[in-house]
Amino acid sequence: MNRFFAHNRHAVQRLGYSLVTLMAVLTVIPIVSTILFILYKGGPAISWEFLSGFPHDGMRAGGILPAIIGTVYLTIGTAVFSVPLGIAAAIYLAEYAKDTFLTRLIRIAIINLAGIPSVVYGLFGLGVFVLFLRFGTSILAASLTLSIMTLPVIISTAEEALRAVPQAFRTVSISLGGTRWQTIRRIVLKEALPGILTGVILGLERAAGETAPILFTGAAFFLPRLPVSPFDATMALPYHLFVISTQVPEMPVQIQYGTALVLLVFVLSMNLIATVIRSRARARRQW
Amino acid sequence: MAANKVVIQDLTLQYSDGTESLRGVSMEIRRNAVTVLFGPAGGGKSTLLRCLNRLNDLTEIKASSGKVLIDGENVLDPKTDVIVLRRKVGMVFARPVVLPLSIRENIVYGLELAGEKRKSQLDQAMERSLKLAAIWDEVKDRLDDPAAALSGGQQQRVCLARVLALQPEIILLDEPTSGLDPISTGKVEAALQELKKEYTIVLVPHSVQQAARTADYAAFFLQGELIEYGEGKTMFTTPKQQRTEDYIMGRFG
Repeated sequence: MNRFFAHNRHAVQRLGYSLVTLMAVLTVIPIVSTILFILYKGGPAISWEFLSGFPHDGMRAGGILPAIIGTVYLTIGTAVFSVPLGIAAAIYLAEYAKDTFLTRLIRIAIINLAGIPSVVYGLFGLGVFVLFLRFGTSILAASLTLSIMTLPVIISTAEEALRAVPQAFRTVSISLGGTRWQTIRRIVLKEALPGILTGVILGLERAAGETAPILFTGAAFFLPRLPVSPFDATMALPYHLFVISTQVPEMPVQIQYGTALVLLVFVLSMNLIATVIRSRARARRQW
Repeated sequence: MAANKVVIQDLTLQYSDGTESLRGVSMEIRRNAVTVLFGPAGGGKSTLLRCLNRLNDLTEIKASSGKVLIDGENVLDPKTDVIVLRRKVGMVFARPVVLPLSIRENIVYGLELAGEKRKSQLDQAMERSLKLAAIWDEVKDRLDDPAAALSGGQQQRVCLARVLALQPEIILLDEPTSGLDPISTGKVEAALQELKKEYTIVLVPHSVQQAARTADYAAFFLQGELIEYGEGKTMFTTPKQQRTEDYIMGRFG
């Protein structure tokens, strides 16, 4: 057997290569087929009326405008809380924190935060934001809940982006009489920004597609008008999709897939923006 | 004005990771001269340089004692304003590290951090320092290009100009020509000979030959100890210590 492999090193090499290539191709199949399937089934539902109208006839007809607007509001709300907090935490961890008990505790907390199932965030949000802080079922409560869920993603990608900036830049800046903060603000943050933005968008994208965290904290089954304040509840695409797929009898399939398609396009276009930012920054990078 | 710009008294230092250290180093550094610190790697030359501008603050240090007096003031005193100190004691590193900015922005970076906003002042300082570093003619038409687009030799002279823009009193150079070709090296060395008329220069050379070419005063370091210190001319022709002679003759190192 050993002799066989020794003589056929190239054959083994080729076999291994083909195998890993096959695996790589296999992973793409589910993603591509999902997108094509949704596009095929949902495409015909897309019309101006579908995108800009309110649902009627018990949601069995009409459009999904309130769900689209609601998801935009929730995404913006999540960004307002999670982006500044997440970037500040990443700066602390990457630039200031020494390896102490406290920073280890913070890191463990962040890792564990990322592992919590999203429905648990939903219950936490219900207990703390909706009931204890009396925000009610509202955009505010839902955004805060989604923010907590998004934070670990933003913190860890931002920290990684900050750490990727060469140490030599910091040393030089400090040797020229810069303070630590001047160095971070003028050099490090500027260089890490594309990486940070990528993490922010990926985090927000996940928040935009989540159902469980907003289930008890801000999502409404049906609203006859658009929300006007952060204390209003809102319809949202993922929850709307859940509702029309499970809670409404005799629902036209086309509307379900149309809604799924809109959500998919919303999330994928955020992904596309992140990719563009990243590749542009890479082309311009000087190190 | 005292002839000695810097007086080092019984300086001992040990890094937490056990690399390079200094043991009981005492020496004076003359004003308006090139003082060369030479010897094999790990001898403590860079460590000594980094004590002069407190850049060692960025590294974990296990133990340190002794004094570094610049113009009579102990800069190792915790009360020292390190920002002011670093503007006064500039440093050029082994690898040319230009900041990811334009040539112009690189040169005025330190001045801007110090709060200088007047464009005329910044432009003036930029032109003066680029000329002093002997690179003005090569970059004057492309000041807004990224500094990273320059060649290694040009980048290193931009780094030198960046230090000069702050009008420091002491310039520390840690193997500034180690990555450069002979022509660029020649330009940097020539610039140093001009600069010493106004500044106090401390150089860690990248070879014994460079040490001999540039040194007004030379200090030989071996494993954290100062073995011999004196005028460059004497040191490289008739060293007093056997170990210095062995190193200069290339018997070890």
